[in-house]
Amino acid sequence: MSDIVNEAPGLVKADPHTINLGPQHPATHGVLRLVLEMDGETVERADPHIGLLHRGTEKLIEFKSYMQAVPYFDRLDYVSPMCCEHAFALATETLLGVTVPDRAQWIRVLFAEISRVLNHLLTVVHLALDIGAQSPSLWGYEEREKLLTFHEAASGARFHANYVRPGGVAKDLPVGLADDIWAWSETFPKFLDDLENLLNENRIFRQRLVDIGVISAQDAIGMGFSGPNLRASGVAWDLRRARPYDKYAEVDFEIPVGKHGDCFDRYLVRINEMRQSCKIIRQALKKMPEGPIKVQDNKFTPPKRAEMKRSMEAMIHHFKLYTEGYHVPAGATYTAVEAPKGEFGVYLIADGSNHPYRCKIRPTGFAHLQAMEMMAKGHMLADAIAILGSIDIVFGEVDR
Amino acid sequence: MAEAEDAPVVEAAPIDAFAASLAILPGVGSVFWQGAERVALVERAALASVMMVLRDDPRFAFQQCMDVCGVDWPQRGERFDVVYQLLSLTRNDRLRVITTTDETQPVPSVSGIWPGTAWWEREVWDLFGVQFDGLADHRRIMTDYGFEGHPLRKDFPLTGHVELRYDADEQRVVYDHVVLAQEFRHFDFLSPWEAMTTLPGDEKAIVAVAGERAGKP
Repeated sequence: MSDIVNEAPGLVKADPHTINLGPQHPATHGVLRLVLEMDGETVERADPHIGLLHRGTEKLIEFKSYMQAVPYFDRLDYVSPMCCEHAFALATETLLGVTVPDRAQWIRVLFAEISRVLNHLLTVVHLALDIGAQSPSLWGYEEREKLLTFHEAASGARFHANYVRPGGVAKDLPVGLADDIWAWSETFPKFLDDLENLLNENRIFRQRLVDIGVISAQDAIGMGFSGPNLRASGVAWDLRRARPYDKYAEVDFEIPVGKHGDCFDRYLVRINEMRQSCKIIRQALKKMPEGPIKVQDNKFTPPKRAEMKRSMEAMIHHFKLYTEGYHVPAGATYTAVEAPKGEFGVYLIADGSNHPYRCKIRPTGFAHLQAMEMMAKGHMLADAIAILGSIDIVFGEVDR
Repeated sequence: MAEAEDAPVVEAAPIDAFAASLAILPGVGSVFWQGAERVALVERAALASVMMVLRDDPRFAFQQCMDVCGVDWPQRGERFDVVYQLLSLTRNDRLRVITTTDETQPVPSVSGIWPGTAWWEREVWDLFGVQFDGLADHRRIMTDYGFEGHPLRKDFPLTGHVELRYDADEQRVVYDHVVLAQEFRHFDFLSPWEAMTTLPGDEKAIVAVAGERAGKP
């Protein structure tokens, strides 16, 4: 060190060194170990080490029946659990060749959008928290709490819902929930206005995000980006519009697109997506018909409890479903949904038995995290944290 | 593979043209439908060149490779499938490309075509032990540092071989062999009509039937 300083008077040469960020660090949004090669305070190379939360979900699913596999999907992206279940449910239904009743499809759309708001609220306020703004996180969590109450009212659980199942949804919405969600949807745009007032023109917020972690549309496509991160780079691609599933073909919404592909655009796209989600939620509530909420074939969905007390047939169906499960005809499908973080896909191979032969989960954050080095190179260490916050990583799904 | 023969009859003309132009690429074995999804089987040796065409040719224009994964079929000669899920943003189309390999023969890496596939290929290497030719960073990605074996192979037990515990004497976390208090139970749910080929006490009958068959010209 001394000879470096002695090289020339008044000139201090920076010392290249490697630092290890994480795996236990709140700004890494989970268990990410980020090995950074620094030149002074500038990031030269960023090597994310993932897999510290790897639980072997795909292997476990190979040993479970299709119905038992659903709860594993809650534990992937635990910030938007229902969207993960949704992908698996759609994949299984594709292989089974069943169509879900209208009401169930609308409920799925409703909760997919509630999940999107839940997810984006967390992302946006955590991004603000990571770069030093505390109030948004307190506000955001209050709003999230309201949505989690809806989650709980429908599924019985605040996070690990196990609600969207192959063949429909677990149970119907309780009486009054639709009104509560409607009332919330009237107040929510005001909340977003307040949040934007707090952040958009804030000098520190802008200085920390504008022109940080820029990724061009071409690079984003090549790196396999999807969802808001891809749209922030200016690519108007949304699976809800391009390949509509369930009732997305019947809702009217806009796709917010960014221009620069920097952290600030990624933030803005998410804010605007929440506004669109709110719009979709209102349409879903309006258009939702009465009717059954799961396939009316007890070979795939359990019979009603009351029915089981009287009917031997229903009893047998229940017993068979909860021990053996249903057999899915041999085949393969790659089914993807527009999860809040991007394209969440399930590549499901069935061999005709009651458990999947292979269930590959295509997480969204995996591809985004891979571009960490590309985006962080040449930025300061503190900017790496802002980039990490803006690409919305959850390790439950990255590591599976 | 039954779908392969059915597909051209069912499908409309413009999509047929796509399949035809895909099938004549050198190295493409067959193009068929799996449900509503198109699948192309590609020879391993020609994979890189086919993928390059699939990305750059405007007839295909698959700008994104969303996922690469492995599938293990241990009873087969080349036991691994490597599956690529391609997505075209401009044509709004998907294609599944499948190639096969075994434990020793490397698959050409497509990380030069879609930089985002580098980590997926690392994952396939980690979980299945498939090697990729031309992959710059061939480290493991999912499993622990110093992990042995490839956990998603069908012959790798669900419980694994080792488990972690805290050792009070050494005052650190150590690896130990898995000790199961009870044998791992995996239930066979095939119905008796499918699964029971020999009934207990009925062996003689089967021997007799087999003998009869063997005796026939």
